[in-house]
Amino acid sequence: MNLKDTPLWEVFVRSKNGLSHQHVGSLHAVDATMALQNARDVYTRRAEGISLWVVPSNAITASDPVDRGEFFEPTASKVYRHPTFYEIPDEVGHM
Amino acid sequence: MYTQALNDKDPSPAEDTIEDPVLAERFQSRIDQELRIEANDWMPAAYRRTLQRQIAQHAHSEVIGMQPEGNWLTRAPTLKRKAILLAKIQDEAGHGLYLYSAAETLGISREEMESQLLTGKARYSSIFNYPTLNWADMGAIGWLVDGAAIMNQVPLCRCSYGPYARAMVRVCKEESFHQRQGYDIMTQMAKGTAAQKAMAQDALNRTWWPSIMMFGPHDSDSSHSEQSMAWKIKRFSNDDLRQKFINATVPQAEYLGLTIPDPDLKFNEETGNWESGPIDWDEFKQVLAGNGPCNHLRLSTRQRAVAEGEWVREAAAAHAAKQSARATNKEEAA
Amino acid sequence: MSVQQALIDYSLRLADNANVLGHRFCEWSGKGPMLEEDLALSNLGLDLLGQARSFYSYAAELKGDGCTEDDLAFLRDANEYKNLLLVEMPNGDFAVTMLRHLLFSAYYLPFFVALSQSNDKTLAAIAAKAEREMAYHLRHSAEWVIRLGDGTEDSLKRMQDAIMVLWPYTGEMFESDEIDQQLVDAGVAIDPESLREQWHATINEVFQRAGLVEPESVWMQTGGRTGVHTEHLGFMLAEMQFLQRSYPGAEW
Repeated sequence: MNLKDTPLWEVFVRSKNGLSHQHVGSLHAVDATMALQNARDVYTRRAEGISLWVVPSNAITASDPVDRGEFFEPTASKVYRHPTFYEIPDEVGHM
Repeated sequence: MYTQALNDKDPSPAEDTIEDPVLAERFQSRIDQELRIEANDWMPAAYRRTLQRQIAQHAHSEVIGMQPEGNWLTRAPTLKRKAILLAKIQDEAGHGLYLYSAAETLGISREEMESQLLTGKARYSSIFNYPTLNWADMGAIGWLVDGAAIMNQVPLCRCSYGPYARAMVRVCKEESFHQRQGYDIMTQMAKGTAAQKAMAQDALNRTWWPSIMMFGPHDSDSSHSEQSMAWKIKRFSNDDLRQKFINATVPQAEYLGLTIPDPDLKFNEETGNWESGPIDWDEFKQVLAGNGPCNHLRLSTRQRAVAEGEWVREAAAAHAAKQSARATNKEEAA
Repeated sequence: MSVQQALIDYSLRLADNANVLGHRFCEWSGKGPMLEEDLALSNLGLDLLGQARSFYSYAAELKGDGCTEDDLAFLRDANEYKNLLLVEMPNGDFAVTMLRHLLFSAYYLPFFVALSQSNDKTLAAIAAKAEREMAYHLRHSAEWVIRLGDGTEDSLKRMQDAIMVLWPYTGEMFESDEIDQQLVDAGVAIDPESLREQWHATINEVFQRAGLVEPESVWMQTGGRTGVHTEHLGFMLAEMQFLQRSYPGAEW
């Protein structure tokens, strides 16, 4: 067998409690057990994490860059959703 | 550098792909704005191919680069040095892995890259085709080889291709200890016994020129630089990086009381640069072409490791398949 | 024998075990069956080298004659090394290495758990750290033994062959001598015999899941504790100790 048959996994690490898991990279492993141990050995050699997720890469459904315009641009014009859109008089203080 | 063979001609003809000019222009304008290109984004075929080759070569260099240091791991003189060296070589395996993963986002499998390496189709840095003959070589590799690599890798953290840039951020963060530990070994050896000092000088003598060559041919002879610069895959020229490296290294050698093996090396007051003597490009070409002192050894060692691991990978896959079949059967029974 | 001397010898045995086995993992560097596993094997080696340093340092401190961890590791001859024969067995193929590590870590996990309660505070502290490392070593090696046993026909045969090679070296782990006894009585050391049942249960479970068969009772090899080793150790030390031996007194 060759590596082609060894699935690719995406690795997510939680660096400490209170933070969410972050994508850190990928690796090859035959199954979830091996993927988790490989993730531990490859991506947490410098005490980078306290919790790991591994996800088969082919289980991720990604948005298509072609759709970037219709997916994401419409929100760019809705500036009123951001607090900086509103002016509060200085006298009122922090809000 | 670790990807120095890129300075050669691209083996695949560029004219095989005629790009949509609108897409190509939009692509270049994103690059010019310092925006990153991500895996699924449209990119010119030549950009993809260049990156696939460059990242794969970089990964191969990390993996082959484990061998010269592995040569002294089991002879490391103290437990502390041994642990540090093992950790450093392990980092190199990790860096190879990060880089293979980055290349995989461009649609080439690790297996394909590996087979290119094992069949001699893909290249890796010329520096790893030189032997490590005494313990001070472990110092010289960290100090000079990793030092030279860092010069190249730091700008790669801002490379236009996102996955490569992110892999390099990780690599650079981890690599920061490699050069220091190398210099630490050199310091210890240079201030040690006469025999140790001789080892240090010997290691410097053998490592200096190959390190200088790591930066690749002179800019005037480097055919691919311009396009890579425009794509922001490469940000500094070979000669600029080489000069920066020499300027940084000369005082470090002086501090160690070691002599750089270049009788023509002199300081130019006007430019503030240390100017080196002529580089033996014939040697460089021969090593790249497979005729260095260790090319055969490095490749055959890697081939053997992959071949000897085959039954293990087969067994692991077979077990995983059985496990998942068992799980399915269980579900069906339930 | 004074308790002090017994404690020195006891620490040296633990140090030698970790050092010799750590060296074997160094030999794997760059040769793993997958890049990912290469990193894993190095992690195992790094843990062991760390343990070796802790135990050697403690032995050196107890000796109090100014010797260092490196003097103990690099300037003692094979007949002075007191490690188990099991750990000096050559790496062989990946099956031998993983089985050797299963046999070792299935013993040393409960050993360190128990030793972390030792009356000797230093040993207890080293053991508490080593215990967590060993738990991962056991998990990793057990997974591989199961994978290889349950893998292909070829891998099953290799595992079964590995068992034939290594099994005769498992008996030594449960032996004890006057050093052990003296320190067990002082609440410092662990009675090896007390670990046999748990070790056996672990091995049994893994073998069952792997489809492997434990050999019927075989003649057990012994000698490590008294410095009578296999032929393999001499070559390992010749390589390991080369620089320290060739350049006496140099600092590295």
